[in-house]
Amino acid sequence: MDITVNILLTIATAATPLLIAAIGELVVERSGVLNLGVEGMMIMGAVAGFGVAFLTGSPWLGLLASVVAGAMFSLLFAVMTLSLATNQVATGLSLTLLGLGLSGMLGTSFVGQPGGRLPYLYIPGLSDIPVVGKLLFGQDPVFYLSIALVIAVSWFLFRTRTGLTLRSIGDNHASAHALGIPVIRYRYLAVMFGGACAGLAGGHLSLVYTPQWVENMAAGRGWIALALVVFASWRPLRVLAGAYIFGAVWIGQLHLQASGGISVPTQLLSALPYLATVVVLVLISRNKRLTLTNTPAALGQSFVPDR
Amino acid sequence: MGNCVQQGTGAASGYLLETRGLTKIFGTLKACDHVDLKIRKGEIHSLLGENGAGKSTLVKMLFGSLEPYSGEILWNGQAVRITNPSAAKKLGIGMVFQHFSLFDALTAAENIALSLDRTTPIGTIAAKARDLSTTYGLPLDPGALVGDLSVGERQRIEIIRCLLQTPDLIILDEPTSVLTPQEADRLFETLERLRAEGKSILYISHRLEEVKRICDSATVMRHGKVVDHCDPRQETAASLARMMVGTEVKTAERTPHAAGIGAELLGVHGLTRKPAGPFSMPLKNIRLSVRSGEVLGIAGVAGNGQGEFFEALSGEVLQDKADMVRIGGTPVGRMDISARRRLGAAFVPEERLGHGAAPRMRLSENLLLSRHATDHKTFVGPAGLVRSGAVQATTQRIVADMDVRKSAPDPEAAALSGGNLQKFIIGRELDRKPDVMIVNQPTWGVDAGAAARIRQALIELARQGSAVLVISQDLDELFEISDAIAVIHNGELSEPIPIAEATFERIGLLMGGAEPGHAAAQRENA
Repeated sequence: MDITVNILLTIATAATPLLIAAIGELVVERSGVLNLGVEGMMIMGAVAGFGVAFLTGSPWLGLLASVVAGAMFSLLFAVMTLSLATNQVATGLSLTLLGLGLSGMLGTSFVGQPGGRLPYLYIPGLSDIPVVGKLLFGQDPVFYLSIALVIAVSWFLFRTRTGLTLRSIGDNHASAHALGIPVIRYRYLAVMFGGACAGLAGGHLSLVYTPQWVENMAAGRGWIALALVVFASWRPLRVLAGAYIFGAVWIGQLHLQASGGISVPTQLLSALPYLATVVVLVLISRNKRLTLTNTPAALGQSFVPDR
Repeated sequence: MGNCVQQGTGAASGYLLETRGLTKIFGTLKACDHVDLKIRKGEIHSLLGENGAGKSTLVKMLFGSLEPYSGEILWNGQAVRITNPSAAKKLGIGMVFQHFSLFDALTAAENIALSLDRTTPIGTIAAKARDLSTTYGLPLDPGALVGDLSVGERQRIEIIRCLLQTPDLIILDEPTSVLTPQEADRLFETLERLRAEGKSILYISHRLEEVKRICDSATVMRHGKVVDHCDPRQETAASLARMMVGTEVKTAERTPHAAGIGAELLGVHGLTRKPAGPFSMPLKNIRLSVRSGEVLGIAGVAGNGQGEFFEALSGEVLQDKADMVRIGGTPVGRMDISARRRLGAAFVPEERLGHGAAPRMRLSENLLLSRHATDHKTFVGPAGLVRSGAVQATTQRIVADMDVRKSAPDPEAAALSGGNLQKFIIGRELDRKPDVMIVNQPTWGVDAGAAARIRQALIELARQGSAVLVISQDLDELFEISDAIAVIHNGELSEPIPIAEATFERIGLLMGGAEPGHAAAQRENA
């Protein structure tokens, strides 16, 4: 029983950074901006989070630092693509490359240092309930934040006026401009929200998942988050499902590999989470019409208002 | 602006909107040059002019989407600066755009909500929209996805969206260019009702009959300048056209058939195609036949399958079966564009830039791009080297034949005005003397002089023994050049109606889908 609970707990821990980064990128893409720099923003969040926690001794300050670092790093992208109308794909890619290099340089003195870990939240009474108690009420704080984020983003996009405006910009920025909607301002805020989320996801990696600093520790999670957004056809709840399927198969195959009981090539097992996520999300996105009406039509296009 | 009719001066003389010396410069082009415009309260004021005369630039300045270079705008006699569309809305200026500013992936109600101010509770919008739509006789389903709606329905959303803001001045940019005649009538009723309520309307159109019918006064623009004011009810369509163009305008003349109607050159048999995307049209069992010497017109409201039909004929999209399309008797359904061209067909797509021509390439390069496959021997020499001399000579011949006006000897396609580029593209195909000519929207956005020339050229081509198929949303054009008109609605094509029996009303009913399947049923009975 305890083993099952522990496995389920690790699944949540593995899924959380993907979920947070993906939900942030979902908001960015809904506004019509494609930021391929998620990996870079994530790693900047991770190094900033670890560094501040290490230097101040407070993992909470570390977490805050990772959010700020992600948002600031995305601001660079926003200035380039929104104010200077550079190509979004190229700028996003260079943001990732810059983030990987910069974080490696900033983090040299942190390698091998003991890190600070965010305390798990135990709600007295509730978390003592067998099985469910630990799963629902004994997780790390970022887990709760990630679930709250999914609900909040879903409500924001489909129930609020501002969310409607954001979606309209992603559908057709020229029309939005003609209606007098401040397209660039909305996009700046969306990009920075996405950056803050990616930073937070990075902070989760270096403060909760593996509380230490290792160069390139995001290990491609930013790219998985990006793919999740597309495969989830830009719907928050599907992103949640995708992140958890990925986490579950990921942890599952690790246990399989460790047990050594099955003679399947490890490469195949390592590929399994990616395969499973793609298959499941493709299956739930079979409704072509729904997918196409949710796809931001202006995605990746630069917007320069004619004055 | 010497010959302006005096309409009275002074700020407090009851004008709702007045512009003085409004100027906008793009690069070296004066799009608007010291434009003076005066609109009274409770009048429908027409802004007349050819494409490129500066009408759209002017209204964009009034609506705050463009910033004037110089000059001033007076609203109720007060000088105002309209820095963005929200400011225009606050003053009481509403606009219905020519190219709609709607969001395909959102519902009608959501589209309306986006243009209202933030204090309007989102839950009440659907009900409000429904009320207004019944008051003004503009039926609308608030929950429908805009991408699924016809162009006429989309325009209703635009108009309701505009009315919900209770503007004093409503700007309509070419509102009827996408409507059936019946839909246009309904729009005019709405406009007259609004005028009776004391609202002012700035009505932009190049359809002179409409302007004569509903407008109280008119300002005429040419090359960015105001050249005349008039009362359109006192003018004739011909005199209005003269003011717009500056010279007498010829209409195309349908010459009699010299050699008579010959054999079928283009045949379409049971052409069926599934919709390509969520918002595109399927084609349903289309049949038609165009014979030598004949111009067949295809009418229809935009978005009823014209684009899909053209793609199928030109070979951009292949058919399931080879004999769904025949050119000169050969089944070509499985052949690509070049193969169809080699059989003597020529195609002119609707979109000039990016489809009919590569915008950043020179005219001669554009000529080579489309002609090297059909006239390989003429344009390409030994070892695959281009014969630039022949290309240049042909380019110059087309330019001379079609009277293409350009600023440089061999400019980029994008540097030509819409009308001149269209003349070049049509000329490029005519120069081949094709047996079958298929044109989609030959004069869309083309000024009156160029349009007359293009129409005449199409008629002459048919009279020399070619089969010509013209897909157009402009009914006047089709009546001017066609020998018979068929109507496409919802991906279905009606039986062609000979021009002698065709009336605006009859065609208009078919365009609105009043007799769905009527023609097909007739065929089965026969």
